[in-house]
Amino acid sequence: MAEGMVLEVLTPERSVLREEVRSVVVPGACGYLGVLRRHAPMVVKLRAGVVKYRPAGREAGGPFERLAVSGGFLEVSQDRVLVLAPAAELAKDIDVMRARAARDRARARLRSREAGIDTARAQAALERALARLLAARE
Amino acid sequence: MAMLDIRRRIRAVTSIQQVTRAMELVAATKLRRAQDRVFAARPYALKLREVLSRLAQGRTGAPHPLLRPRPVQRRAVAFVTGDRGLCGSYNTNVIKRVQAELDALAAAGGPELALIPIGRRGREHFRRRGHDFLEEFLGLGEEPGFHQARGIARVLIRLYQEGRVDEVRFVFTEFVSALTQRPGELVLLPVAPPEGGRPSFLDYIYEPSPEAVLEALVPAYVEVQVFLILLESKASEHGARMTAMGNATDNAEEMIQDLTLEYNRERQASITKEISEIVRGAEALK
Repeated sequence: MAEGMVLEVLTPERSVLREEVRSVVVPGACGYLGVLRRHAPMVVKLRAGVVKYRPAGREAGGPFERLAVSGGFLEVSQDRVLVLAPAAELAKDIDVMRARAARDRARARLRSREAGIDTARAQAALERALARLLAARE
Repeated sequence: MAMLDIRRRIRAVTSIQQVTRAMELVAATKLRRAQDRVFAARPYALKLREVLSRLAQGRTGAPHPLLRPRPVQRRAVAFVTGDRGLCGSYNTNVIKRVQAELDALAAAGGPELALIPIGRRGREHFRRRGHDFLEEFLGLGEEPGFHQARGIARVLIRLYQEGRVDEVRFVFTEFVSALTQRPGELVLLPVAPPEGGRPSFLDYIYEPSPEAVLEALVPAYVEVQVFLILLESKASEHGARMTAMGNATDNAEEMIQDLTLEYNRERQASITKEISEIVRGAEALK
């Protein structure tokens, strides 16, 4: 591991990604944060958002790859970066139409203000949909 | 006439055998898929467990509410069965376990039990016997997804937090191998901080804080445990069904052989009879 570290993204249903990377940016609960090689061991609570990474071998200023996560945790230990998320999708796998539909549904539910709607859940659904749209954006 | 009857039965058994063989093959395919899903879920679960054990160890102060045991006055028993039968003793084993708990309570006393069936078979069984359920979860389908496990976990956590139950216990079927499944139990809530994680010499930074990470980690751990329980149960169900249908196919084969033998014997007898009649008739004409 001369150059980088290994980024691994796990969900309960499958392993989404395992790749050597140069740098990673994750949506921490208190804002985005970046991880480079030899970062101190750390565990971070994540919120729904976009994980960005530069594959090993890509120049420092090069473009990021993206994936959407619905929350979860990040663990950094010994040049291994592990993202544990309830759900995660690579940008290329995201169904933009479905994400848009989910976003509109969540917005409509938040606007309706009817009794019996779970505001926190609708808000979370909206954030997940927005994260997926953001990750899919070229 | 006996021969016709035997033929009819051979035909019937053959068509049953075709069905059981098909079910065996279908179960085998589904078993493979279910097994893959169990294996896919394990790394995530193990990692969460490791982080949790690290975080729960060596910490003082007030523990997370879901980690704190309290005197048990009311215990929820969530039990996982299939929606369908024809899977050997898969459903009955779980039902027996739950019944044993009910019997033990009736005999020796103890905390009140609240049943939570997951899956139609177990629910029908206890409903016919006049039991009420605190909650029920049905129709999880052939491949329970994580979001379903999550939904169940959240309901159970809420029951626990609101103090409606003081413990949540799971009765399910552990998947040992395709041929072996055994009923198992697990206390889901309060969460027993996992032990045995190798002590780490690394000094971790927790963001935003150890408390905030723990706060989110404990429910996530409960959710993945429920997910694993559902997956293992599903794999066990397919395994049990495969074995049961395999046995049924073998039994049908044996039956067909016996019937065929009997049929041939009858046929032989009737031919012999006919010949002797002809011979006798010819003799009489001489």
